[in-house]
Amino acid sequence: MARIIAGVASSHVPAIGAAIDNKQTEEPYWKRVFSGFEKSKEWMAQTRPDVAIVVYNDHASAFSVEMVPTFALGCAAEFPPADEGWGPRPVPVVKGHPELASHIAQSVILDEFDLTIVNKMEVDHGLTVPMNLLFGSPKEWPCPVIPLAVNVVLFPPPTGHRCYMLGRAIRKAVESYPEDLRVVVFGTGGMSHQISGPRAGLINKKFDTAFLDNLTKDPKKLTRIPHLEYMREAGAEGIEMVMWLIMRGALDDKVDEIYRFYTVPASNTAVGHIILENRKKAGGKSKVKSKVKRAAVRARTDVRRSK
Amino acid sequence: MPREVHDYDDIPGTFVFDAERSRQGYGINMFCMSLMKEDNRKAFKANEAEYLKKFNLTPAQTEAILKRDYNRMLELGGNIYFTAKLGATDGHSFRHLAATMTGSTQETYAQMMLDGGRSVEGNRSRSGKGGVGSILGEQGRPKAAKAKAKAKGAAGRSAKVKAKAKPAKSKSKAKR
Repeated sequence: MARIIAGVASSHVPAIGAAIDNKQTEEPYWKRVFSGFEKSKEWMAQTRPDVAIVVYNDHASAFSVEMVPTFALGCAAEFPPADEGWGPRPVPVVKGHPELASHIAQSVILDEFDLTIVNKMEVDHGLTVPMNLLFGSPKEWPCPVIPLAVNVVLFPPPTGHRCYMLGRAIRKAVESYPEDLRVVVFGTGGMSHQISGPRAGLINKKFDTAFLDNLTKDPKKLTRIPHLEYMREAGAEGIEMVMWLIMRGALDDKVDEIYRFYTVPASNTAVGHIILENRKKAGGKSKVKSKVKRAAVRARTDVRRSK
Repeated sequence: MPREVHDYDDIPGTFVFDAERSRQGYGINMFCMSLMKEDNRKAFKANEAEYLKKFNLTPAQTEAILKRDYNRMLELGGNIYFTAKLGATDGHSFRHLAATMTGSTQETYAQMMLDGGRSVEGNRSRSGKGGVGSILGEQGRPKAAKAKAKAKGAAGRSAKVKAKAKPAKSKSKAKR
């Protein structure tokens, strides 16, 4: 049986991608941002998921105003990086997992979430920047990825509650997939930022901190935040944070917060990042705290995987 | 038909890209999308007014594009992720456009971001009534607690941010 083992949330600021592509990561301004993801890369290298579901939004790259799907699930075998006006980012082609993706589509549609199925799609910085932050810049991405594009550009995006419930449905879908796969879900975008209009530059650390706190311990509270409050408190574009709730909905009610990072700014945006793990069910132990224990779990998992 | 009034119109300095603006601004956004292709960028640069005739734009929309009035483009139905493609054609980043839209210089805007960004205090509501009793934001604290928080903030970094944000805020008010 496939299962979701952890969730990751991360901002997807395009300037972070540009800093990687232009080799500016060692400059003090950017080092402050990238140093916050060093531990996360270690965690990811240790966790080694079999599949990642990446919830993100397209920024007028794959979808213009001709078609605006609210939820679009990438079921293709691969997703090339999009040309966002400066040529495609020099990152590997994202390989999909069409079997699991189509299984999820079928399951969640019957669960009353009317997804759009996408069999040909390019992916922009919304998806590739968080992958760089968690996987680094390898020649090939270490695991297949199922992109889930959410409309947060044209108002109104889906509500936070709807996103959370979709996360639930995705979890149910994953758990009904027969192959033994360990899945990590990414929620991307945010945190507070506004890049449009005279109020551009808005940052709200208090809101962001409360959002991170509640993401771990009381996500249902977050599902009640109306769109007006996201835009007012976290900036017109801060509404992207509803996407984090899809990730959270796909996890257990009780999770362990493994890591958190927050810094202001990256370009116009507050960078927020969190790693949440489902509590391990195996052996009746709920928490795996130490590195040694984690390594033990890792070894057991490897044995299972090699079977 | 006048624009329908929405609760989010109370947020200062913000043009929410909603269904009505999307309908109105289809031409602006499709023009911006066309700039994803090098040949189109060249054609646009060669004769901007002529190139714009290919799109179904109102005179006001055409003028806003030619003048690079980014706030006006948003007001008339442009969306920032689209208009940013026009910015990119001119060689400008998101941050450059953001600074332009706030009416500040690039240096002032960059410094405001380094200092923690524009504070939400005083930037929540045009009517002054919005934002109280929200879930994670302003909780509608009693007056005494508010005064205490204000006094506390005056000594620290937040006060600096606030002071820097204020001119930008008054400017944005004037623009609306």
